[in-house]
This record gives sequence, C-alpha cells and structure tokens, in this order.
Amino acid sequence: MVTPVPVRKRRGALRARRLASRVLIYAALIFWTFICLFPIYWTVTTSFKSAVDVTQGHLIPWLDFLPDWKGWRSLGLSPDTILGTSTARAEFISRFVNSVLTSVGAALLALVLGSLAAYGLSRFRYKFAWMRNDDILFFFMSQLILPPVVLALPFLVLYKALVLLDTTFGLILLYTLTVLPIVIWIMRDQFNSIPIELDEAAFVDGLSVWGAFIRIILPLAIPGMAAAFILSLVLCWNEYFFAALLTSTDAKTLPVMVASQTGSQGINWWSMAALSTAAIAPLVIVGIFLERYIVSGLTTGAGK
Amino acid sequence: MQDTSSVAAVRHDKVASQRIAATRKSLGQGFVILASLVLLAVLAVQILHVSGTISAGFSDWRPVLYAYFLWSVALGAEQVMARGERGLRALFLLPAVLFTVAVVIFPTLFGFYIASLDWNLSSLEGPHFNGLNNLFALFHDDYYWNALGNMVFYTVSVLGEYAIAFGLALLLNAEIRGRKFFRVAFLLPMMLSPVAVSWMIGKSLMEYRFGPAATLARDLGWDNPAFFAHPWIARFSIAAMDAWVSIPFIMIILLAGLQAMPKQVLEAAKVDGANGWQSFWYVTFPIMLPVSITVLIIRIIFKLKLADIVINVTAGGPGGATDTVSSFIYRVYRDRSNVGYGTGLAIFYLLLIIVFLTVLLRISHRWTQRVT
Repeated sequence: MVTPVPVRKRRGALRARRLASRVLIYAALIFWTFICLFPIYWTVTTSFKSAVDVTQGHLIPWLDFLPDWKGWRSLGLSPDTILGTSTARAEFISRFVNSVLTSVGAALLALVLGSLAAYGLSRFRYKFAWMRNDDILFFFMSQLILPPVVLALPFLVLYKALVLLDTTFGLILLYTLTVLPIVIWIMRDQFNSIPIELDEAAFVDGLSVWGAFIRIILPLAIPGMAAAFILSLVLCWNEYFFAALLTSTDAKTLPVMVASQTGSQGINWWSMAALSTAAIAPLVIVGIFLERYIVSGLTTGAGK
Repeated sequence: MQDTSSVAAVRHDKVASQRIAATRKSLGQGFVILASLVLLAVLAVQILHVSGTISAGFSDWRPVLYAYFLWSVALGAEQVMARGERGLRALFLLPAVLFTVAVVIFPTLFGFYIASLDWNLSSLEGPHFNGLNNLFALFHDDYYWNALGNMVFYTVSVLGEYAIAFGLALLLNAEIRGRKFFRVAFLLPMMLSPVAVSWMIGKSLMEYRFGPAATLARDLGWDNPAFFAHPWIARFSIAAMDAWVSIPFIMIILLAGLQAMPKQVLEAAKVDGANGWQSFWYVTFPIMLPVSITVLIIRIIFKLKLADIVINVTAGGPGGATDTVSSFIYRVYRDRSNVGYGTGLAIFYLLLIIVFLTVLLRISHRWTQRVT
C-alpha cells in the first residue's frame, strides 16, 4: 500500500512539467506571432485613423476609435473618391503597374535563362577553357556577392549611353541579373531530382535534346519553377537601391514612391499607412496563399 | 548527382560524335565572322563618332546593344550548325552566360575605370584621369572606415538572428496545433519590402512621440525612448529591424533541416538519459551544423548589402553611427555627386568582401570537415 503513492506523485509531477512546457511553447509561439503581425496590423489600422487617434495611440477599431477612410481618400482609393479623378491615384497606379511589369518581367526572364542553364548543368558536362561544370556554377553563384553599389554607377553611365535610363526594360535586365543565381540554384536541384532515365526514354522515342527537355522534363519541373518564380518576384518587387538610382519619372517603382513620401517631413500618417498597406498587400497575399512554394523553393536551394 | 550525369555524358558522347558536313560547318562559322564584323563596325563607328573623328554615327549607343544581341544569336546558330549535338547542348548554357557576361563583366570592368577618375557630376569640368588618388583618399576618409566598422557589427548581429531563428524553428518543429498558421505568420515579415518596413516600424512604430513601441518603452520605465538618437541604441534598432525582415529566411531553412533529421537519434539520446538541453547541445546542434553554416554564409552575403533600411530610416545618422558601406556610398552619389570617388569606394569594398568570404568559406569548410 505504500509503493503506489510515490509513483502517482511522480506521474503527477511529470504531467505538471509537461503541461508547463506546453504552456511555455504556446506562449512563445503567440508572442512571436504578435511580433510578426503587429506591425502589419498597426499599418493597416493606421490607414483608417484620424490625427487624434494616431496621437493618442488608439489601437482597436470600433472600440478605441471609429474607422474612417481618411488614408485611402488621400490616395483616391476610398469608396467616395474611387469614381472621381485623382492625381494621387493616377500616380499610385502607374507606380503599381511599373512594379508589376518590372518584377514579373524580370522573374520570367530569369526563369527562362536560369532553367535552361540549370538543365544544362545538371545533365551535360561542359568544358570552357579551364572551366568545368562546377566552375561555371560557381561563376553564376559568385554574382550573388556583388553588392549593388558596385554595379550602380557603371549602370547609370552605361544606361545613359544606351538610352535605357528610367525605362522598365533597363530595370528588368538588372533585376534578372540579381535573381539569376537563385533561380539557377533552385532549378538545378529540381532537375537533379528528376531521374535521368526519363531523358533517355525520350531519346529512345526519337526526341532531340530540346524535345526531351521541353516535352518531358519541363512539365515535371513545374513545382521548382513556381518556387523560383515566386522568390524572384518577391526580391524584385521589394528592390529599392537600383530603382532609386536608375529611375526618375517614367519607370519609378512602388518602393521608390514609398521612400520619397517618407523622406518629406510632416507627412500624414494615415496616407503613409495607406500607401504602405497598398505596397505590401500583394506580397502578403502571395505569402499567405503560396507559402508552400516559397518554403519548398528556399529549402531545395539551401538543403544541399 | 555526379554519377548520373557522367552516365548521361558517356551516352551522349556517342550521339555527339556524328559527322557534320563541312559546308554546314563553314556556313556557321561564316555567320559568326559576319556578326562579329557587324559588331566591331558598329562599335568603331560609334567610338569615332563620339570622339568627333567622323560625323556619321548613331545618336546613342543602343545599336551596339542590338549588334551584341545579333552576335549572340549568330554564335548560337554557329554552335548548332558546326558542332551538331554538342552545339545543341551548349545552347542551354549559352544564353545565361552571354547575358551575365554582358551585364556583369563589362560593367564591373567599367567600374574599375570609373574608380580611377576624378569625376564629380556637379563640377563643370568633366571626368579626368587621376590614377590611384581615389584609393589614397579613401584611406583618410573617416566616415568610410566608420561605415566599415559598422558592417562588422551588422555582420556579427547575424549570429543573434541565427539564435532567434533556431529557437523559432525548434518551436515550429515541436508537436503543436495550428502549425500551418504559425508558419505563415512567422514567414510574413520576409515578404515585406524593406522600404515599407522602414516606415511601418522605423518611422511610425518606433516614433518618439506616439509610436506604440515608444509608448510601451515609457510604460516599462524608459523615460526617453529615442530609438535613433544615441549611436549604440540606433545601431541596435537598425539591426533589430533588419532581423525582423530576415529571421524568417533563416528559420525556414533550419526548420527544413530539423524535419529531415532522423527521429531515432533523439530517441536514443533520451534512452541514454539526456535532458532537453543536453540532447539539443550534443545531438541536434552538431547534426544541424552544416545547414547552419550554409544559411549563415548566405545571410552574411545579404547582410553585406544592407542599405534600404538605413537610407530610409536614419540616413546614416546620428553622426554616421548606423551607416553601412552601401548607404554611405549612396549618399556620396546622391548628395555629393562624386561618382569617381564613390565607385572607388564600392570597388574597394567589393575586394574586401571577396577576401573576407574566401577566408570564411575556407574556415567553415575545414570546420565542417573536422566535425563530421
């Protein structure tokens, strides 16, 4: 009759400890969720605040303050102004379209160039002077370490001579360069994971190298391509440094517009918040719905 | 990977050794020679035109770009015509190589040239050569060395990001409900543009008068929560903001590593009586070391380019305390229009990075070799 007591006691202590660790884990998870989401929440709600609500630090809509379309009205995007004409909206939309064109264009171009090169590097052996496959791969990868400041000025001078300054096409070329190493990295892993027997079966069926690549291998590589495309899109959409130096009026992208607004003193918080919300919204949506692809893209790249 | 590709290569070499008609070969080579001549002719005409020797010429250098593109196409055609199967294979790699050479090699070399010029856009006299003077000048530029010193701090701060990210990855790897939700929430900061983050966090959340972070700091007993006034506090604030954006990246890769880890190893450690900390320090951490080093090196490479947040939040202030090399050079361009000197600084920085990363790769390589 004496023995069961300590056992039960120990079991109870064990359960208490497990419960404590559960509570700690969830507390940590919720704390970090708060850290990640609060700035986004703050920005979105601030775009609906008036001056008083900002200065008094009101946080919760309807309880603390009455939401108002103030920030969105200054952008010409609130329900009552959306039908009228608005220079602010016209500017915002042109920047938005520029950002879309630049990032999608660069991501597509990088995907085409990068997939071809990655397939080649994963299937064939090249020899160019002293360079073999690994050296060629390293050559592509080494572009990653080039800091933007090194290229910025040569490009400024070069683009001036080529009349590519302040053009979307010029930015696309440059952005393609910055994301190409990442695309090659992800796609090479993707192609390596596709068995080479499939290529050989295609050759037996009479397809050429390119036929096998386009009709057999490429459809199988779509998950990797989606991951590479989305990652490139994120990097290009957020790029600021080159855009700030190489564009002035026509090809300006959203980050440049946001930055130019923050620079001016005494800017209204609500309109700044509305602009920031609009600038981050597309990628937040991409992040929520396509998280799977982003994660798989990152992990195939760095897993090896 | 190595094995399969070599098998394929052996198989392909049989195909590749087919004979190619001599006329086809010479026709292909003729294409390249013709295109090269066009490229050289366009280049020569334009150089002579710009230098004022001849009046005929183009209004800008764009035709050179077209000629280069034409030359690339001709080179591709020649590869196929003259080398057959091998040419078809080279065609996979050729576009990326030609593109990279055109947009990297040439501008970088051009950068070296600009770096040797005394060239200020705002001065009336144009660029003129001054050899290594920019290099000598940068050794006496205290702001530049100060920025380099800050880069050391920022680079070391990657270790802090890594520690937090490892903790988060362990949390996400634990048996929890709603893992998908937490994963998406933890990933979101990575998607945001640093410029928007500069405003969202640096200029509004941490705003001195009514930012919530400042209010919270006041409630916690910090009377004067100025995040960007004191040099060290400002440096930490910038590092914290950059960490907020980049921790998800490290976390995702570490999480993938944790999930690939064999479960038996940890169970064996438990059987041997290891407690939580011991099984982490003696089992999980060593197994994760290769992944950790890879992700740390990638992070450092990106950290060395840090500029957006600094430019937009503090513009390097107070007194250059938060300056990164990139943001400093950005100001040399923007505010002083001193392009020759700025490029000199950038090239010098590039050389430092190359040396630093080479050493880092060597050390980390030897280290992972020794551990495993």
